[in-house]
Parts: sequence; C-alpha cells; structure tokens
Amino acid sequence: MRAVANDERSEFDALALFCLLPSLLYVLAMFVYPFLYGVYLSLQVQKIDGFSLGNYVAFFSDAYQYGTIWITFSLAIPTTIIVLVLSLCLAYGMRRGFFMERTITTILIMPISLGVILLSEGILGFYGSQGWLNQMLIASGLISEPFILTHNYIGVMLALFMQQFPFCFLMLLGYISGIDPSLESSARMLGATPSVVFRRVMLPLIAPGLAIAFALVFVMSFAVFPSAVMLGQPAGATRTISIAAYQKAFEQYDMPAASAIAVVMGLCQLAALVLIILFRRRLSPAATMGVGKR
Amino acid sequence: MQAPGDQLTSLQLGITKRYGNKTVLDNLQLEIRKGEFVTFLGPSGCGKSTALSIVAGLIPASEGEIRLNGERVDNLPPEKRGFGMVFQNYALFPHMTVYDNVAFGLTLTSISKAEIDKRVQDMLRLVQLLGFEARYPGQLSGGQQQRVAIARALVLRPRLMLFDEPLSNLDAKLRVEMRAEIKQIHANLGLTSIYVTHDQAEALSMSDRIVVLRNGVLMQSGSPQEIHDRPKNSFVADFMGFRNFFPVRITALSNGAATATSGNLTLRARAGDGFAVGSDAVMAIRPDDIQLGPGAGGAVTVPGRVEIVEYLGREQEAAVRTADDTRIWLRTAAHMQVGDQVELGFPVDKVVLLPAE
Repeated sequence: MRAVANDERSEFDALALFCLLPSLLYVLAMFVYPFLYGVYLSLQVQKIDGFSLGNYVAFFSDAYQYGTIWITFSLAIPTTIIVLVLSLCLAYGMRRGFFMERTITTILIMPISLGVILLSEGILGFYGSQGWLNQMLIASGLISEPFILTHNYIGVMLALFMQQFPFCFLMLLGYISGIDPSLESSARMLGATPSVVFRRVMLPLIAPGLAIAFALVFVMSFAVFPSAVMLGQPAGATRTISIAAYQKAFEQYDMPAASAIAVVMGLCQLAALVLIILFRRRLSPAATMGVGKR
Repeated sequence: MQAPGDQLTSLQLGITKRYGNKTVLDNLQLEIRKGEFVTFLGPSGCGKSTALSIVAGLIPASEGEIRLNGERVDNLPPEKRGFGMVFQNYALFPHMTVYDNVAFGLTLTSISKAEIDKRVQDMLRLVQLLGFEARYPGQLSGGQQQRVAIARALVLRPRLMLFDEPLSNLDAKLRVEMRAEIKQIHANLGLTSIYVTHDQAEALSMSDRIVVLRNGVLMQSGSPQEIHDRPKNSFVADFMGFRNFFPVRITALSNGAATATSGNLTLRARAGDGFAVGSDAVMAIRPDDIQLGPGAGGAVTVPGRVEIVEYLGREQEAAVRTADDTRIWLRTAAHMQVGDQVELGFPVDKVVLLPAE
C-alpha cells in the first residue's frame, strides 16, 4: 500500500513539475538570471580584469555614498511606522463596517490608481511653498512665511505616505475584518474592556498581518526613487540609495558600481525582512494556529 | 466584575429590538428566577439569539429594559454585567493555550496567581480536560473546544450563563452527551442559565422552562411538558412535532372536550377556554399518538389507505389517505405496506384543539 502511495505521489510530482515548467523558466529568465548577473557585475571593477570587491570597498569608504543607507533608513522606517499605525487605527475602527464605507474606501484607494508622478505633482501643487495650503494659511493670516513642506525630507515622507497608506490600509482592513467577531464578544463577556480586547485578543491576532504589512511597506519605501527626486533634495537630504545607484549607472556609466549599490540595497531590505520574520515568530508563536478553523 | 456574593435572584426582561422598520423582537416580557434553566426555542430568524445578545449586552435593545434583582442593567457594557456566555462557534482565542483561555477572565481581576491556577485546574477537571492545558484550540476537537468555552465562562462564577446554540456545530452523538453534561453542570453548580436553540429535543431535555419565539413574538412559555403536550397554537404544535393538522369547525363542547368536524371527518379533543361552538379552530395530533386498528376507549376511528411508508429503524412513519382525501401521518412499530387498508384511532386526550390561524 505504502509503495503504491509513494509511486502515485512521485508520478503526480513529475506532472506538477512539468506544469510548473513555463513559470519556472519565466522566473529564471526574468528574475533569477538578471539578479545573479547583477551580483556578478558588482564583483567586477571597471577597467580591471577579474573579480574584486573594489566596488563595495569604494562604496563603503565614501561617506557621500554609504551615507545614503542611513538616509534611506531614516526615510523608510518612520514612514512605515506612521503608515502602519494610521492604517491600523483606521482599519480597526472600520472592521465592522462603517458609514459610507465604500465611498471612503474608494477615496482612500484613489492615489494608487493615479501613479507616483501625478501624485507627486499634486503634492507639489498643494503643499509647495507657493501651493494652495501655504497660500490659504498666509491669506488667512495664520502664518507669514510659508511652511517648507516640499523639496526636503518632509516632502518625500508625504509622497511615500500617500503611496503606501492605501495599500497598507486595504491589507489590514481585509486582515482584521477576517477575524471572527465573536472573539471580541467573548472577550467582552469575560470582563475585558474594549482596550483590553484590543491589546490582548485582537492585536496578537492582527500581528502577523501587521508584520507582513510592515515588510511590504518598508521594502517599497526603501526603494523610493521618483518621489525622492521630485519632492526631495536628490543631491542632499533625501539622496536615497536608489538615487546613488542611478547616478552611478546613468550619470557616471559605471554599471558594476551601480550593481554593487543595488546589491547593498537588496541586502538592507533583506535584513529588515529577516528581522521582521524573527520578531513575528517571537511575538506570537501560535497566532496563526486555529485561526484557519473559524 | 461583580462583587462576590452578588447573586442573581431575578432577571426581568422587557425588550424590543428593531432594525430599521423591521421588528426582530417584539416586546419580549420574561422573568427568570435563580436556578432556572430557561430555553429560547424557535427557528432561525425568530429573534432568540438577538434576545440573548441583548441580555448579554452585546447589542443594545431599541426599547425596554433589563432588570437584575430589580436594578436596571441594560445600560451596562457586557464586561460589567457579570454574565458568562458560550458561543455557537466556541470563540476560543486561537493564540492562547487552553490554560490561558480559561484563565483569561481571571487575569483581568485582582485574584492572585495561585488562586487563578487553582480555579483553572478545578474548572478543567470539571470539564474533563486536565492535561490539555498547553494545547491550542486548533489542536482540539469540536467537543473539547466547546468544553473549554464552557470552562472559560464558568471559571468566573457568572451570575447568569448564556448559551448561544452551543451544540449545533457538534455531531449528533456528541450533542446528546454534551447536553447531559451541561445539564449536570447547571444543576451541580446551581447556575441560572438562558439557553438558545432551534432543536426541540435539546430544549425539552434540558430546560425548566421553554420560551418559544416566532418572528420576534413570544408564542408560548411554559415547562417542557406543557409545551410538548399542550401547545397553545399551531406554530408551537408544528415545532413540537405535531404533523397532522385539521382545520375544523367546533360542533359541541362538553366536560372539557370538544367535538369538531373537518369535511367528513369528526374529531374529538380536550378543549381549553376560549373556544365556542360554531367557531373555526385547528385540531392536531402527533404521528406517534395515532393508534393503528380499531380505536379503544372513546377514540375516533378513521379508515384509510397506506400511501407512503418511511422506515425509521424501530418504527415506521406512514402517510394514510382517507376517503375524503386527507393525508394523515402516523408512526407505529407495526409492519405496514403501501396499499394496506388501515383504521386510525385518534385518542381524545392526544388530540389538541388550537385556535384557527
């Protein structure tokens, strides 16, 4: 019996593998090969034969270059936290349906459909020093000098927030509204106030979703490029690591050095993901257990 | 949390619930006394779960009040009422172990760790789950999960236990076992309980009092025996297993018995108050109360031909077509075949007289 079962399984596996082949080829050709080629490229220094870590050494010995890591983290981490906290609050409040839910959700999703460039231009037009906001505030006499909200750190944060918030909110809303409402009711019946329910029942159950949301928002924010150029100071305060890579590649035409920067960037993102995964395991070892049973 | 010794002596309900212009609970008036096991019985959508949720404080009533020992509690949030509740889907916290689930309510009080541990262990012993402390709900069977849910509520010594169809997700055999267990726990711990179900067998076997609801209206309230033997209207009778209903006109009333006709059929039944000669009514009888063969002791006898036979194991349920084309269901241990000519006896004390719809 056992042997038969094993045979059947291996037959099935071969078939499955065969069916997977096209997508595997696709992934190999479109992702794995370019990625490995990038790593390979990063290990070659321009005009010198053979492998070398020269590109990495150059990156890490130039403060103007390695400083971009810190700049990018200092943009991505606060943005991610703000996006996560606000989406959590809003999604938690809307978990049992809400007045005009569809309208509100549609408005919140709008920025996704507009694209980064249009969004950034909108932010420039509204929040810029000659933008509507400052003109209104100055006209009303509340301030005499315009708030500088663009072409600096805040401008990039604003743009990132508007791009990431809808994604994060929708993800968390789906996650939270999938949690059985009777868990909340039963906690209340056991003497828990709404805040205790949130802290001890709902938050641990939302935690895996929060971790995933954090990872996605962080990775997307870390790769920030267009908004950092359009709304930040691409030569100074918001010279993120992707700008550094871009400059190497298309301003200095040093593809190997750009690849090295891209690899460093990928490693930073990976490190953050690993941290999140470890943290999530620690946070609630069994949070996903039994949830599927509802 | 209620002060220790803050016991329930009586709970008075007078509640109405509306969603928009739809009334789902129409002025449900009820008083529950200490130690009672009261069941809300009715088909889905009759308002029974809504009533329970209002008592629990999980949804607000549109009108009316709930008084506990004479004091209004309907403005209290659920965590301040000191009631325990068991949910249909168990609603265990999936990220906590069995122990932590049961201890959850106690950890929100000022009770010491040692006392919590003792009470949790006692409760797990009561529901026969000692040794399962470290398991997660996802690793338990449905019956075990429901036991944890019961323990979790009982460990707080609630003054009122609310059961919202706790057994409907279990298989038939387990359901019968669990209902005996719940009944026993109720008696041993001296609980006061409200139990919601759509299962009449569950209601009959467990309750001190059954409240039958239909579309948010109380149809009848009484002991299981009253509900079972003397339903007050066709709805309750139908729900309690009466399968034969005859629209009749009352022709005579004497000595608590009524004689009535339905087409060519003449039936006799016990009659309560409120019926008059010449008025329309309904007579009903359960399939298993119909006698096969010539009626004995004043029973009315009706001849007919067997049309359908359903085998039920020890018994058979059969549909018999009478001469005036009425279909009558009976249940009997006797062997029957389609086409048999039979005589059906309607014992007077088994036929109930109900008001016309």
